Amino acid sequence: MKNIKKITLDGLIFNNPTFMLVLGTCPTLGLISSASSALGMGLTVVFILTLSNVIISALRKIIPNEVRIPAYIVIIATLVTFARMLLEKFLPDLYSSLGGFLALIVVNCIILGRAEAFANKHNVLESAVDGVANGLGFTWAITVMGIICEFFGAGSVFGLKIMDFSIGVFAKPAGAFLVYGLCIAIFVQIMESVQRALRVKKAKLTRESLLSANEAKEVA
Amino acid sequence: MATFIAIVLAAVLTQNFITTKTYGICPFLGVSKDTKSSIGMGVAVTLVMVIATAVTYPVYEFVMVPLGIEFLEIIFFIFIIASLVQMIEKVIQKISPSLYNAMGIYLPLITTNCAVLGVCELVIGDMSAILGAGVEMNIGWAVLYALFAGVGFTLVMIIMSGMREKISCLKLPKAVQGFPISMVTASFICMAFTVFSYIA
Repeated sequence: MKNIKKITLDGLIFNNPTFMLVLGTCPTLGLISSASSALGMGLTVVFILTLSNVIISALRKIIPNEVRIPAYIVIIATLVTFARMLLEKFLPDLYSSLGGFLALIVVNCIILGRAEAFANKHNVLESAVDGVANGLGFTWAITVMGIICEFFGAGSVFGLKIMDFSIGVFAKPAGAFLVYGLCIAIFVQIMESVQRALRVKKAKLTRESLLSANEAKEVA
Repeated sequence: MATFIAIVLAAVLTQNFITTKTYGICPFLGVSKDTKSSIGMGVAVTLVMVIATAVTYPVYEFVMVPLGIEFLEIIFFIFIIASLVQMIEKVIQKISPSLYNAMGIYLPLITTNCAVLGVCELVIGDMSAILGAGVEMNIGWAVLYALFAGVGFTLVMIIMSGMREKISCLKLPKAVQGFPISMVTASFICMAFTVFSYIA
């Protein structure tokens, strides 16, 4: 149970694929000019990443080590084809707003990276949790940046008009690069202060326990 | 001739792969630390893009469309690209070991480069905005587009590497080192390239 909690927290925050590892940058930069397409992309990746992690983890003892990368790519490409057909049929608006990036999920480093780094070493349940956690880590990061970019670029959030202004550059890749870079910097800074605070707390706890042990000795 | 110029301008400047389409960002941020390696990566990507387009476009047009299996394009294309990259690696290793040493390490990375799959997907899609009215898409235009898209990619890689070499001399706060400062730099390159969209 502790392991599952650690996997979840790693995927969502401590090893967040978007902010900490900076993987899957192409769809991130291409789609954060609109919050709803960013969210749609994130959820599509959750779907594909979870399924690919489960399948690869279930087949990890069958796939020979030498041909594992081509095998993973075929599994991922099949899932992407599947997701693309489903989206085209049931969510045509999202399908057209994702454009070419839907097919490019095949070469998204997050999915191949999780297969290579996690799913081929762990059991099915852990891999499924890892897939959901990393997918959601990607989703929240890309959606937050989507909200920022869409607010400055069009004055709206998820298509709802909030203010009547727009800074054109935020609707273009230039603004996406700027927002992504600054978000990474802010996230890394926050993570560092959190880790420092945790270290201080731990040090305090050990000091207190030592002091109380000393007191107990003195009393004895 | 007009179509030729339109394709060159669109692929290199107005619809550059990195600055307008944001394809192929991983090598752009990862391998642009110095000019030499960014030229190597750019040339390798261009080579693979041209050969991949020259193979996947006829396969799509003359095999997959007549058989009615267009929906399998992603699986077909990624498999063709992965095997091509392996093959090119072996051929270069045999023909020119010095070239292999210069760009061999970048070749395996190219399989998972969005720019290659991206160009294969683009040329089978709707390209009428670039070609102009009344011009049919064919393999010649497709390969030409891939070639100049690669040239545009290399151009931005070289500009980026020059700026990063300058930036590496600066003293920066710890949080902005690495990716954040590279992305802000890339943002300014994109802004500069936005100007080209007014010539079209």
